[in-house]
Amino acid sequence: MTDMSINIVIGGAAGQGLATIGRLLSKGITRAGYHMLVTQKYMSRVRGGHNTFAIRVGTKPISGPCEPVNILAALNEETLKKHSGALAPGGLVVAGDDLDSAGLNALRIPFKALASKPLFYNIVVLGVLGGAICLDLAILESLLKETFAKKGEEVLQGNLEVLRKSFNWVADQKYDITCMAAPENRHGRMMLSGNEAVALGALAAGCNFVSFYPMSPATSVALSLIAKGASLGLQYEQVEDEIAAVNMALGASYAGARAMVTTSGGGFALMEEGVSLAGVSETPLVCVVVQRPGPATGMATRTEQSDLNLVVYAGHGEFPRAVFAPSDPEDCFYLTHRAFDLAETFQTPMFVLSDQYLADSYRDVEVFDLDSLPETARPLLDADDGYMRYALTEDGISPRLVPGFSKALVRADSHEHDEKGKITEDGQNRVVQNSKRLRKESGLFEEVIGPDYYGEEGADVVLLCWGTTLGSCLEAMELAETTKSLAVLHFKQVYPLREEQFLEHLEGADRVISVEGNATAQFAQLIARETGFLVQDRILRYDGRPMTAEYVLKGLEDII
Amino acid sequence: MISIEEYGDFETSWCPGCGNFSILKSLKEALSELDIQPYELLVSSGIGQAAKLPHYMHCNMFNGLHGRSLPVAQGMKMANPKMKVLCVSGDGCSYGEGGNHFMAAIRRNLDITLLVHNNQIYGLTKGQASPTTARGHVTKAQPGGSKSEGFNPVSTAVAMKAGFVARAFSGEPEHLVTMIKEAMGHKGFSLVDILQPCVSFNKLNTFAWYKERSYFLEDHDPMNWEAAMVRSDEFGERIPLGVLYRNDRPVFETGNRLADHEYAKNDLKAVLQSYT
Ligand SMILES: Cc1ncc(C[n+]2csc(CCOP(=O)(O)OP(=O)(O)O)c2C)c(N)n1
Ligand code: SF4
Repeated sequence: MTDMSINIVIGGAAGQGLATIGRLLSKGITRAGYHMLVTQKYMSRVRGGHNTFAIRVGTKPISGPCEPVNILAALNEETLKKHSGALAPGGLVVAGDDLDSAGLNALRIPFKALASKPLFYNIVVLGVLGGAICLDLAILESLLKETFAKKGEEVLQGNLEVLRKSFNWVADQKYDITCMAAPENRHGRMMLSGNEAVALGALAAGCNFVSFYPMSPATSVALSLIAKGASLGLQYEQVEDEIAAVNMALGASYAGARAMVTTSGGGFALMEEGVSLAGVSETPLVCVVVQRPGPATGMATRTEQSDLNLVVYAGHGEFPRAVFAPSDPEDCFYLTHRAFDLAETFQTPMFVLSDQYLADSYRDVEVFDLDSLPETARPLLDADDGYMRYALTEDGISPRLVPGFSKALVRADSHEHDEKGKITEDGQNRVVQNSKRLRKESGLFEEVIGPDYYGEEGADVVLLCWGTTLGSCLEAMELAETTKSLAVLHFKQVYPLREEQFLEHLEGADRVISVEGNATAQFAQLIARETGFLVQDRILRYDGRPMTAEYVLKGLEDII
Repeated sequence: MISIEEYGDFETSWCPGCGNFSILKSLKEALSELDIQPYELLVSSGIGQAAKLPHYMHCNMFNGLHGRSLPVAQGMKMANPKMKVLCVSGDGCSYGEGGNHFMAAIRRNLDITLLVHNNQIYGLTKGQASPTTARGHVTKAQPGGSKSEGFNPVSTAVAMKAGFVARAFSGEPEHLVTMIKEAMGHKGFSLVDILQPCVSFNKLNTFAWYKERSYFLEDHDPMNWEAAMVRSDEFGERIPLGVLYRNDRPVFETGNRLADHEYAKNDLKAVLQSYT
């Protein structure tokens, strides 16, 4: 894979600043015009432990993370021990000259000579790594200027000096790595994580309310929303628990806000009753669920795709919903935007189902074209006195009025209710209202985004995947050494499903292999339930690590 | 002043003789005296007999889940600060299932009013102990008598320095109207805990029981926190009615009405640029 890309892994303890080095370097790489993908692995602790920040960079689009390491920047001994085994042939180690890198192709950094104080060691590593991949020094300089501008001229100059010294030091070293090919001229691109992209998609859809309780790996969605949305009039609150979060969002939505909640599996489990309330009261709500391994507290900072069932079946009773599963930050943006539009149109909860890998994964992304986005649906602000919140309509959608803008009263209810929102146990009314709500399903069905099929028509083997496993499947398809033809079928909307959009791909293949980040092939089971099609084979990963092409290839070897 | 008829007159599912009727009537009177139109009011309620109140009144309402009326009410206020926001529920709903929200709402101090119909029992589920049920009170679910100490909502609220804490009694409707009016006039979170006889399930804390013990606070300075602590702790042989405590703590700041809200596209474009 080295010919396609370089995989740089920065490893160290929490609190050593590796994320800072990583973010600056990957932003520099983005500004230089390369493609890149960041995968962060961290432990659930504030200091110490062992974390990595991996940047895969290349001149061609990068599909997913990879395992072989081309440059290993070790901030401590443990990184060397844990990761030098993963070095690709000819791989380079970048480490302080106090660490034992005997037998390795190593650039030994004289930290003491390059920086006057340990405070600057981060910048040394940044300079050395930038030099090692022949990045333009001016780009790194401008990044430091932006970062330290607030801290005053003296601090900035100190950092710049260390950067230049370290960058230039590399040029004098003898080491075995070739510079990356010149990048394409792709300037002005954004560097975005999945969670940041969800927040931006929400803002683009007019989201103006978020209530949340912190839970990794979802927290940064709310934090990004607050950081970027507060000056735009966004109302936000960190509440006492997830139950409060979802109910507060519903109260706000009822009163005219465009509301979102963000959480992970455990928090979402607490929100379920509120999700059901959104269903019966027909209150628009977008829930962002960022998955991590369960059950219960599981592994707080690792990744998994095991909350599909939780979300698809969330809530008691029956009501319509749609579930989106983004594969990259671009999907995060557009699907979140769409979730808001559909939540308002159909007045029922919508879900964006992401995971830790995508949450913390930075990519270079074309600046989103806000002008090309469809207008998001809006509630009514005016109605006459005869207004009925749950009026019976053919498509099941009753006009939604925001209270307080007109004299008409808006009566929302968690009980079964009549058209006026009045509580009633009348059996006939129950059937009529429940059917009305469920009629919205046919409208939602019309809106389903079908899966994408990659590869030649009628391939022998189809890799079936959803959400974030797309990249690894695509790369595996390209690299697989087999006489069989391969294709990938990827779902970015996992519920509802429309079988006419994909069933022939499955039925036409000799073999369908479901590739998922969970232990029980939840999506394959959902397909079986919805279409009757039984997927024979599975490649499942549930060790808390993201799917990689290598993992898929190994699974393929065992199966075909 | 708008007429009380504007708030409508509906058939209820309450038992004849229940204290809820007087609370509903007093609330309508207070709203009429405050000259609040039905469409200017947002009412959030939970689940229980008390929580059905907004169904029996012309108003905007969100009748949500058991224990969750406060988060909904606060979301409403944040989304539309121009509205008067009222939260109505029972003692089980507000102090039991919703106990954490009760404390958080006091701390947050949004400008909303919470009215709790406190009958010291679960009504709708037919007579189990509630958080305010006295220790030793025998019910079908607590045949040996409730083993937990009764929760004192007003002293908890005073201890937390809630902005406005009052106790009223459904058997003293005139006073109750005054308490609701003062609470709704208070800027910030206000609580009116209303003693409400449940004629069907609470044979201990009856109308006569409350009537005998309750008395109106006199010569009490509600701004005096220490005095309020002492008074609010009083519940048993004597039960004070009135404003126990008030202060003017900073109120949770809200913005514009969110339904009016639209981002300038250029501001959003600038946000995107900040990621380049
Ligand atoms: C989550 C949940 N748990 C339990 C119930 C059942 N339930 C309905 S009302 C109620 C208690 C009501 O007591 P209180 O709040 O004191 O109101 P009251 O009926 O006495 O006015 C309970 C436990 C429910 N509806 N939802
Ligand atoms: S059960 Fe008690 S509280 Fe409920 S309506 Fe009947 S008397 Fe009132």
